[in-house]
Amino acid sequence: MIVGERKPLNQIRAMLEPYRKILILGCGECVSVCMAGGEKEVGVLASQLRMLYKKEKREIEIEEATLIRQCDREYIEPYLDKIYQADVILSMACGVGVQYVGEVAGERVIVLPAVDTKFYGANLDAGIWAERCAGCGNCILDKTAGICPIARCAKRLLNGPCGGSQGGKCEIDPEVECAWQLIYDRLKERGQLELLEDIVPTKNWKPSLSGGPRKVIREDVRP
Amino acid sequence: MGDFEPRIVGIFCHYCALAAQDVAGKARVNFPPHIREVRVLCTGKVDVLHILKALEEGADGVLIMGCKIGECYFKEGNIKAFKRVDYARKLLEEVGLEGERVQMYEVPGPMGSRFADIITEMTEKIKSLGPSPLGR
Repeated sequence: MIVGERKPLNQIRAMLEPYRKILILGCGECVSVCMAGGEKEVGVLASQLRMLYKKEKREIEIEEATLIRQCDREYIEPYLDKIYQADVILSMACGVGVQYVGEVAGERVIVLPAVDTKFYGANLDAGIWAERCAGCGNCILDKTAGICPIARCAKRLLNGPCGGSQGGKCEIDPEVECAWQLIYDRLKERGQLELLEDIVPTKNWKPSLSGGPRKVIREDVRP
Repeated sequence: MGDFEPRIVGIFCHYCALAAQDVAGKARVNFPPHIREVRVLCTGKVDVLHILKALEEGADGVLIMGCKIGECYFKEGNIKAFKRVDYARKLLEEVGLEGERVQMYEVPGPMGSRFADIITEMTEKIKSLGPSPLGR
């Protein structure tokens, strides 16, 4: 899932300064699961802002809504009336939702982000999310024992580990596991260490962000 | 400030705080009358939003009473509640309110005198902080 983290209140407050009627718009998908921008977090942020404005004796109207997915037009459209009634939309979705609500609602609608989008990650335990995929557009997990060195090696090495791998940990932080140590250990366990003898050539980064904004088109499901 | 009568929302665990309150009542122990009480089956039910809403609506403080650590009827509801209280305090501090307006105490079983002491302590704390700046 896409993992996000809510922005600090003072940052959100500064963005909202010119507006008097705010719609806080949550998203029911990834950011709900990672507890950054679902219905509950919309409630918490709305409550914080109401308290803040009450304390400052400012009359600001705050509306709350959470839709199923902010990255799909069909779920945004039923909320357009609500969206048009507000001065500003404070989206608690990932960066995709923030942009797409704006695209669907039209040029005049101002949509601001309340969440910092962090990474594609897994939920390791209650309250812990960790990066597992970098969306590089050309998956190599078949060659790396199912452990991604693009997302999990600080140097994105394809032929690791580097000299900074110490006792299974990465030199950037003693808490961070060396992805290449993990890959080595797993291949050894599987009796597939010979896979490491193949030198992986330089990665083509064109399918990744370096090739510009990406798009997937499936003609068979187009109208 | 002398005539400030605080309004405190008390969220009390059915198994410890309410039993303690009964004992205090039967023993005719006096305690300040500023608590508006909400019964929960376990403090594990207490959500950050319950705490925020109480303060948003004008409460001067929120007092949560749960079982002693290790004695929760639902094993760890009180531990979860302590963590949520910490989180709620951080959220309040972001708003510029005193995190101390939210307090959580452990009540060791049906001890009426301890119940009364906690209510007194909380009332004094909120009186020293003064009325909530959010008004009523």
